[in-house]
Amino acid sequence: MTHQVVSVKTYALVFAALIALTITTVAVSKLELGEYNFVCALTIAVIKGTLVVMFFMDVRRSSSMTKLFVGAGLFWLAIMLVFLLSDYLSRGWLPIPKWWVG
Amino acid sequence: MADSEVALAAHPPGLQHHFDNSAQQLEASTLGMWMFLVTEIMFFGGMFASYTIYRNLYPEAFASTSHFMNVTIGAINTGVLICSSFTMVLSVRSVQLGQKKTTITFLTLTLLLGLVFLVLKFVEYHEKWVDHHIPGPGFQYADPRYFHQAQILFYLYFAMTGLHALHMIVGAGLIITLIVMTARNRFSAEWNTPVEMIGLYWHFVDIVWIFLFPLLYLIGHTS
Amino acid sequence: MSTILQPHPHPIEEKTNYLNADYGWKSWLFTTDHKRIALLYLFSITAFFFVGGAFAVLMRINLLSPDGLFDHDTYNKLFTMHGIIMVFFFLVPSIPATLGNFLIPIMVGSRDLAFPRINLLSWYIYIFGGIFTLTAVVRGGVDTGWTFYAPFSTTYSNTHVILAAMGVFVSGFSSILTGLNFIITIHKMRCPGMTWSRLPLFVWGHYATALIQVLGTPVIAITMVLLGLERVLHAGIFDPNLGGDPILFQHLFWFYSHPAVYIMILPGMAVISEVVACYSRKRIFGYGFVAFSSLGIAVLSFVVWGHHLFVSGQSMYASMVFSFMSMAVAVPSAIKVFNWTATMYRGSISWDTPMLYAFGFIGLFTIGGLTGLFLATMAIDVHVTDTYFVIAHFHYVMVGGMVMAYMGGLHFWFPKITGRLYPEGWAKFAALVIFVGFNLTFFPQFILGYLGMPRRYATYAEEFHALNVMSTAGASILGVGYVIPMIYLAWAWRKGPISPQNPWKAKGLEWEQSPTPPPTFNFDKPPIVTEPAYNYSGHEEEQEVDIG
Repeated sequence: MTHQVVSVKTYALVFAALIALTITTVAVSKLELGEYNFVCALTIAVIKGTLVVMFFMDVRRSSSMTKLFVGAGLFWLAIMLVFLLSDYLSRGWLPIPKWWVG
Repeated sequence: MADSEVALAAHPPGLQHHFDNSAQQLEASTLGMWMFLVTEIMFFGGMFASYTIYRNLYPEAFASTSHFMNVTIGAINTGVLICSSFTMVLSVRSVQLGQKKTTITFLTLTLLLGLVFLVLKFVEYHEKWVDHHIPGPGFQYADPRYFHQAQILFYLYFAMTGLHALHMIVGAGLIITLIVMTARNRFSAEWNTPVEMIGLYWHFVDIVWIFLFPLLYLIGHTS
Repeated sequence: MSTILQPHPHPIEEKTNYLNADYGWKSWLFTTDHKRIALLYLFSITAFFFVGGAFAVLMRINLLSPDGLFDHDTYNKLFTMHGIIMVFFFLVPSIPATLGNFLIPIMVGSRDLAFPRINLLSWYIYIFGGIFTLTAVVRGGVDTGWTFYAPFSTTYSNTHVILAAMGVFVSGFSSILTGLNFIITIHKMRCPGMTWSRLPLFVWGHYATALIQVLGTPVIAITMVLLGLERVLHAGIFDPNLGGDPILFQHLFWFYSHPAVYIMILPGMAVISEVVACYSRKRIFGYGFVAFSSLGIAVLSFVVWGHHLFVSGQSMYASMVFSFMSMAVAVPSAIKVFNWTATMYRGSISWDTPMLYAFGFIGLFTIGGLTGLFLATMAIDVHVTDTYFVIAHFHYVMVGGMVMAYMGGLHFWFPKITGRLYPEGWAKFAALVIFVGFNLTFFPQFILGYLGMPRRYATYAEEFHALNVMSTAGASILGVGYVIPMIYLAWAWRKGPISPQNPWKAKGLEWEQSPTPPPTFNFDKPPIVTEPAYNYSGHEEEQEVDIG
């Protein structure tokens, strides 16, 4: 963390963006986009989260080690999600031997 | 937090004896808090993972539950938390500038917004109780096709938002502590680490909600 | 102020060290000194070891004959409590909370850990979790197995599952806080000259362990929360009758519990690196490889958990991936074994007790690790899973490996911790008894498993009788083997000969620059590091170390 203080204006802009994105995500959810509803909602959530992390939590000006820690946390969450899904999404892909009727 | 043991001349404020200097202490504290937040990512992550699996297994059932989610309250709560993050970051800024009164003002606003969130959450939970959507022996669901799957979704809803609310309550307690400490002149421009650290925690709890909101409230909201 | 420069110093009771700096129960229960906290952990962990061991003794007595001694429900409770206590209250905290807490600040050249009060808090949390679990024991025990599989644990078990789950949940936070403390300490509290590449491998090993503690433990915590909630609400999240998937529980459980076994073994490996270097009078061969293999194990440990679900209904595709990764994770472990052996090659070996335990570790861990590869191979696992083969495998790595490393470490640093020397003759004897008892207990179990004896069964077919008798005989020898050190170490602490500053002539800040035993702030003057780790010259003269 540096000793320089961030301006109120920067914080206010980020705040405005977060509110705007919240309104957007609710509005988009009312549209009929099928699969893309989910994609949009999650993308907006990721953008909002990134804004909070970078500006409100000041990671944008933090040490590389802090950035590494944040990245590692997200990466580990990804490991859990990806490997879990790899089981559920692939059940039924491969034929199993006959005597293992499920 | 406040030192008391070693009486060296010109002892920097808040410096604990096992650290060599304030910069080292601040870096250690920051990394320490981030490490803790990483554990929280994995803690909530287990439930997000469970949610992902079941949403993948029962997409229509999950979509049907969104009728019963109060999107208005959810959206207002999202806004309330974002406001509280804004006031939190302003309170950190003002303590960094040594502005005691402004710090207390913004911390109090943050606390109040957090309490608004919790009150609205309670209203929502009460609605769910009235609708018999609390999992357990009293659970009822309008669409019999999705009875079991909906109960699983509501279980996850209560587990995730409940855990989140618990974190908010702890955060509120921490902010009260900060207000008291600020009022007692414990912080200064030279040393205000607890305010920064609790700020990080508060923003993290906000981020969890930023993801909870679309996943729980906005699924298939079109039907 | 230092008076301990002479080769045979006067008794050092006059000098203030962390043990005599303050007296009274408050100075212990409210301490923030990492060394005192390490001792608080040492005593509580030892107590839990013997409680868990008592359950094991009862199990082995029951298995002396197919008729057994206890009814089957009671037997289920015995193996469950044995597992819960040994895993969560002994193995996971053991070396990190005792030796790690004591040594890491000294080894990095610091006055204490980064967060001393959080360190004390972690011990109180551990005790709190222990109270929950012991309450579950006293109120009749739990019978789900330490793995708490749903839906039995959530719906059908009539025992105190929630109490035990809460004990595990709470103690997990102790582990998280310890790991967090270690990581920040190692990053931020190293003294001048202590670069990452000069850190003892003990520290590298604990860093890797801490990574796993921090990243994995929260998931078992949330799993216990979901388990408890489900037990109350019966919403169906893990119940197939209600639309849930019991395999999801297993996924969430093993996401932590597999890396947990590496939490248990990495600190043991960390101890072995120190012991092997000292008693071979040689630098560890391939320092960089050993350091990075610790990190490699920590990372890879998170992508292998599915090997516990091979026969549970996990998809074949995912199983293949997990099988492959499980073989990959063996590579860094093997690298360490090769490096320790290469260290000993052309070294000057002394056969002191810690080195005996290290030898035991290397041999027994190798056997355990290789049998792990058999289990990673799906085609074999199908036949031996849920048999005594698995039990033998993990006891070889955990008891033959980890506990031996723990004993070796306790002996190696005993003079540093207590300022006294233990009786070498008794120590060697106990090590031998433990080695014999251990192998007699667990080697027959490989055979039993291969022949098909299932695990977690209170009885067995008559054809398995002889091997079970052998195993129980071994267990009684092993039990005696563990009691002997308790006696002579306790005796030596009070009445043993005073230890010189560096009885093993070992390298490292804890031996060379911190008094024996250390003062509260570890060093008389701030250390500065100028040489690489393990700077053993290979031809040792009597070197006097000036730490004044």
